[in-house]
Amino acid sequence: MEIIGLTIDRLHGALRTRATSVTEVCRRTLERIEALDPRLGAFLIVNRDQALRRAEELDRDLARGEPLRPLTGVPVAIKDNICTRGLRTTCASKILSNFIPPYHATAVERMLEAGALIIGKTNCDEFAMGSSNENSAFGVVRNPWNAERVPGGSSGGSGAAVAADLCVVALGSDTGGSVRLPAAFCGVVGLKPTYGRVSRYGLVAYGSSLDQIGPITKTVADAARVLRVIAGRDPRDSTSSNHPVPDYPAALAGELKGVRLGVPREYFGPGLDEEVRAAVWQAIHRFADLGAEIVEVQLPHTEYAIACYYIIATAEASSNLARYDGVRYGYRALGAKTLREMYRRTRNEGFGAEVKRRIMLGTYVLSAGYYDAYYLKALKVRTLIERDFREAFTRCDLIVGPTSPTVAFRLGEKTADPLAMYLSDIYTIMANLAGIPAISIPVGLSREGLPIGLQLHARHFEEATLLRAAHAYERAFPFSHKPPL
Amino acid sequence: MPITKQDVEKIAELAHLELTEEEKEQFTVQLAAILAYVEKLNELDTADVPPMAHAGRDERADYAQRDDVVGEGLGSELALANAPDPARGYFRVPKVIEEG
Repeated sequence: MEIIGLTIDRLHGALRTRATSVTEVCRRTLERIEALDPRLGAFLIVNRDQALRRAEELDRDLARGEPLRPLTGVPVAIKDNICTRGLRTTCASKILSNFIPPYHATAVERMLEAGALIIGKTNCDEFAMGSSNENSAFGVVRNPWNAERVPGGSSGGSGAAVAADLCVVALGSDTGGSVRLPAAFCGVVGLKPTYGRVSRYGLVAYGSSLDQIGPITKTVADAARVLRVIAGRDPRDSTSSNHPVPDYPAALAGELKGVRLGVPREYFGPGLDEEVRAAVWQAIHRFADLGAEIVEVQLPHTEYAIACYYIIATAEASSNLARYDGVRYGYRALGAKTLREMYRRTRNEGFGAEVKRRIMLGTYVLSAGYYDAYYLKALKVRTLIERDFREAFTRCDLIVGPTSPTVAFRLGEKTADPLAMYLSDIYTIMANLAGIPAISIPVGLSREGLPIGLQLHARHFEEATLLRAAHAYERAFPFSHKPPL
Repeated sequence: MPITKQDVEKIAELAHLELTEEEKEQFTVQLAAILAYVEKLNELDTADVPPMAHAGRDERADYAQRDDVVGEGLGSELALANAPDPARGYFRVPKVIEEG
């Protein structure tokens, strides 16, 4: 049977009836990666031997009558800024090019306990800093829909791998849209959970008050299933929440009737591509047809979000990336006479241009004389953005809009102008600043055949509402297109 | 306030980055553009707005801290496994005290 392209449910159906085995799934997936990935560049490392061994173990478990766990035999790809014990984790940076983590990230550990098969580590922007995956030290990722286009960033390899069926599920991380933007550009589903919903232990820190691990999947139901596995309190991350983890897959059932869908006019202003605008409005009308009530809301501080984000994220990054000094792990420049010289040369040779730019910006906004003017000011504006959402959510249950102002842009189109690149994140960074959950789902194709993503936001810890609405849409209007590979 | 090449050199020193001349020129232009853009925030009156340092302020988040109990660490062998220059159970580095 054809096992490539199956969702978790279908894959489990096939495993249950013995129409296939985990080993066969694993082999077919590895073959497909070998055949297609040389031209996509989605993977930095393929976990071939370990995955095959684990597949055989899982098959033995099943033969002994062990029941299927939530992710048994599911080939998953892990973004290369999430630690995997014994499996190189580079953050797509030269400075960590030889780093082998001595522990698993909690999200990875939980996926393994749920039976997942780690098929490899995926390419990304260096330290998750970027919107196009062009900042990887190990090469670009090409969009499966069009090889001249970017896959989105920073989890570009994860988005491309799911879209090209090189895995069933991928984990990404989302600091300013890094799960949702690649999902939108690659025509798949990307979920950023509430801040604190998923443990950040083992996720290499970029902007600690913004970072969340999230799943990239083919369907909303798969995202619900993965979230159920990875969510929940972890004593190793003090910002992980004790808030109970609902049964997200069970919460998918139900209708949209009575759900109030807020449309913020600020998300449909200048700069939004006409085709994206039309596709998103069509989807909003479809939500109405399914019973949702459409209401207008306001997020008046939207236009300040990018400025606010790039101060806070870079400030946190400059602090988080201070640890890469060539002493305890990673790359070290050779031949330095003094410790200070070793630090400087290691960091200069080890970091790429965008990472240096953000460290510089972050150091500047935190430095004496500028802290109040930039960093403190941004923290106050962050409060205003969070208040915007609180106010809007008194009048609606979900907020809808485009995920990105454009479809996937061309490789090289924005690399010379960092600010133009930052503007790709205009609709996604709001959720990170406010700490709320958001999901991107595919709702159409442009005339050039590139996917268009729609984004939904919910209140803190209301992933169930978010997933239910996205699932209702997907069931009624399935996105059945496949990239021309 | 416009950012100068001297500012860039000073920030690079604070951040332990040794930039090339070309990088200094480029960052001066690019950081100036980004800083000019973020000036936008000054359009907002935030005199009475408290700063938000953390996204987990939602009352339902319940970030109870764990008890302070001793757990197991990595152990020195694993902790040193990725070190560029381990020696006798330590991380070896170039000379710390600079001359002059």
